[in-house]
Amino acid sequence: MVATRTKRVIRLEPTDVFIYIIGALIVFVVVIGSVATLSQGKYSINAWVDLFVFGVTLGSIYSLIALGYTMVYGILRMINFAHSEVFMSGPFTAYFLAEAFSRSGFINQSPVIALILIFALSMGTSVLIAVLIERIAYRPLRNAPRLVPLITAIGASFFLQYMFRGLYGTNIKVYPEIEALKGQIALDAFRISYIQILVIAAAAAMMLGLHLFVQKTRTGKAMRAVAEDRSTAALMGINVNNIIVTTFVLGGALAGAAGVLYALVFTQVHFFMGFIPGIKAFTAAVLGGIGNIPGAMLGGLFLGIIESLGPTLFLDGLGITAPYQLKDAIAFSLLVLVLIFRPTGILGERIREKKA
Amino acid sequence: MTTPTTSLAQPATTLAAMPSAWRDALRVGLIGGVCAVLIALIGMIEAFSNRNIISGVITLGTLLILGSAFLSGYFATHHASRSLRPAEAIGQGALASLMTSLFLALLALFVNVVPTIRSMFINASPALVELLTLGQGVPAGNLLLLIVGAVLGALAGSLQLLPPVFRRSLIVAVVATILVGMMQDLLRVTFQNWPALRPVSNFFFTSNGLAPAGAATIFVLALVLSVVWSQRGDQVRANVRSLPPAQRRALNLGLIIFGGFILLALPWMVGLFFSEVLVNVGLFVLMALGLNIVVGFAGLLDLGYVAFYAIGAYMIGLLTSTSKEIIFAGGWSFWAALPFAVVVAIIAGAVLGIPVLKIRGDYLAIVTLGFGEIIRLLAQSDFLKPVLGGSRGVELIPKPMIGSFEFVGPQELYYLILAGCLIAVFVSLRLKDSRQGRAWMAMREDEDVAQTMGINLVNTKLLAFMIGASLAGIAGAIFASKLAIIYPHSFNLLISILVLAVVIIGGMGSIPGVILGALVLVGLPELLREFSDYRLLLYGAALVLMMLVRPEGLWPEEVHQRELHETDEEVSLSGQLPDEEELAREGAAS
Repeated sequence: MVATRTKRVIRLEPTDVFIYIIGALIVFVVVIGSVATLSQGKYSINAWVDLFVFGVTLGSIYSLIALGYTMVYGILRMINFAHSEVFMSGPFTAYFLAEAFSRSGFINQSPVIALILIFALSMGTSVLIAVLIERIAYRPLRNAPRLVPLITAIGASFFLQYMFRGLYGTNIKVYPEIEALKGQIALDAFRISYIQILVIAAAAAMMLGLHLFVQKTRTGKAMRAVAEDRSTAALMGINVNNIIVTTFVLGGALAGAAGVLYALVFTQVHFFMGFIPGIKAFTAAVLGGIGNIPGAMLGGLFLGIIESLGPTLFLDGLGITAPYQLKDAIAFSLLVLVLIFRPTGILGERIREKKA
Repeated sequence: MTTPTTSLAQPATTLAAMPSAWRDALRVGLIGGVCAVLIALIGMIEAFSNRNIISGVITLGTLLILGSAFLSGYFATHHASRSLRPAEAIGQGALASLMTSLFLALLALFVNVVPTIRSMFINASPALVELLTLGQGVPAGNLLLLIVGAVLGALAGSLQLLPPVFRRSLIVAVVATILVGMMQDLLRVTFQNWPALRPVSNFFFTSNGLAPAGAATIFVLALVLSVVWSQRGDQVRANVRSLPPAQRRALNLGLIIFGGFILLALPWMVGLFFSEVLVNVGLFVLMALGLNIVVGFAGLLDLGYVAFYAIGAYMIGLLTSTSKEIIFAGGWSFWAALPFAVVVAIIAGAVLGIPVLKIRGDYLAIVTLGFGEIIRLLAQSDFLKPVLGGSRGVELIPKPMIGSFEFVGPQELYYLILAGCLIAVFVSLRLKDSRQGRAWMAMREDEDVAQTMGINLVNTKLLAFMIGASLAGIAGAIFASKLAIIYPHSFNLLISILVLAVVIIGGMGSIPGVILGALVLVGLPELLREFSDYRLLLYGAALVLMMLVRPEGLWPEEVHQRELHETDEEVSLSGQLPDEEELAREGAAS
């Protein structure tokens, strides 16, 4: 994409004024709420640290999913709405393996091998689903008007949700617990459970791996080239279709891994589990600047922390009952606010409407 | 933007595969087989096996099994461009269908040998095995399925050898028979309301499904009609067109009066249950006509449309409810509250529209989705419980009254909805060709160019959001008084998706298309209760298929159709293979 800088003409319209007033109001409420909560001192430092650690855990999962959105957007300039179902399909399928391991006791005899197998199945399923979506729903429409692939993505998303509902049933499945992952490390006010360590470490390792792959390998370079300019990349002898499939494979693998981590943290899976984390991961991708890989990682962490601390910090002090119910509303509001006020995200390039 | 690799690689692979059309047939059969296994495992075959199409002969479940084999054979041999030799057509059809039924036979065998698989795939039950073996038990039934499959495939292949007119007529006749079989409940109830028609009903229908003789009659009738129409249809149309203007006007007037009479009499013709279905269809027609203005006319993809529906419903709920638990429960009449509901929905349309004025395309979709969810979460929260009732919602909403006439049941509410829909149709029709409508269409095609041509984007966009919101507000108001109680849970994302699917599948921007879309997507699943579990699955598949095969919708708007087919060559070049896969899948799914 050629970076063109257009000079911004400052002209205030009534609608802009309206938007900025709303923005200012929200900032005002957040500040007042935070000050009120902190001055009441209802929560100890321990509680805040716990919320923060939980936020980082959640955030690393969002980051992994967000990478899938951001990589696909970088290359195809489309929102892969069905990515949340890619995320759901993996752990939902791997549940049956985990359950079988748990019944035979294998999961506690050799938890490492069991976990590796569960991850492998989950990632494999997600990759398969991601590649199939690309092949059936997106590739034939690559040159279609812009809204068309988004509509197929929505359709594919619902098709997959209800396909897995039909295959595996409607009820919530409880992921088996792993003995070796029970327990926690505590240092003064700082507490972190083994599962949280696993989540953060696994996410960090995968993100590092992805970063190295994209920056150092030949395929990674080709991916960056295709993201920059698809037709020129094709002229340089890059097989664009292969690169696009590779992108979906990577995104799917990360989503499948994120799914197992999510299932370990929340210990349950069901067919609708992808929707909310999917929207939030998309928020994270936009927050970091869509199309930008480090941005997605950062955006995920940021969103996780905001979501974990936000309800208590911003709303509790205002005397709002059960602020935790509004955590999703906070995440959605953040998405709306970012798109309105800083559509480029934290690290992003300018979003440009692509002309067909 | 065309990438050289896609446009060069695709024809190359199709060329390489050309000589061996047999391999293509095998592949179609393979894809059909995978789809058929999926359909079996998600439980559709078993669920549909309770629905008799022809009493004692065939159920919808069996039809799915046989249909998937038949369609594999059909699509394997259906090539628009070249004609096949008889041996090729029959052989390839049989091969593809054999492949598809092989998958199903293997599935039956596998489930029979490893019954514990049911702990994973909940629908892999002994009942499914019984259905898949056509009731003949494992080894014999599997063989039977293979033989039946191959015969059906050969039939499908030989269909290609017929002249196109007869082929089309045969297909029309089969589809008509199946459709009448699926609509049996509705038709039977309608017939039963007129004593004079009861013998007719008894000839065509048994207590479950079509009577064999009735089915044969319908098949022959549809076949003859279709053949005659394909020979004479153009002639009739030309005759009508060449009528003198006065007569033509009289004909149109007659048709309108007849249509109006049918519309007014409908709830009393079809009975209580189907009136309920009609009311639901009407609500979605109303909402879809509103969303059609936003998405179809103005090209703004709104996924949070349910917000305005919720606002309309909650305004009516709060203003008319007599509940003690809600602080602001007004106890007003429906008619006093309705203008407020609509006005508040319009204001909400503007307020939610202003922030997204500068957001385009797919981002707009996500932001509006966010708005929709925020509204629902707020309505659901304990924080706003004293005002909005929290997750328990608003209770004790009275029915609308005119004088002493109360819109109490679906048969009365139907008229309220009908009035709403007629207003919506009128508004849409008038707006469509107005200056405003053309401004929307210009904006839909290209915002920048539209702005350059002097269209005020802010006003144009906001007006689309506001009018769309007002119609959703009316729909929400009627919904609230229909149910007498509203929960925040009723206003989830699925409603937005459903309305969007109605608009897109019907045909974006096309008013008759939207009405047809609501009838098909909302009406059909309610007529066939077995479908209700698979509703969203089928909508999702339909959205994807529609975009792949017929992006302009079932009943397209003319401008849109023209514009989508400009780029047709390019699209079909790079999308040839997936099209076929999807077709096979569509066939297997329907």
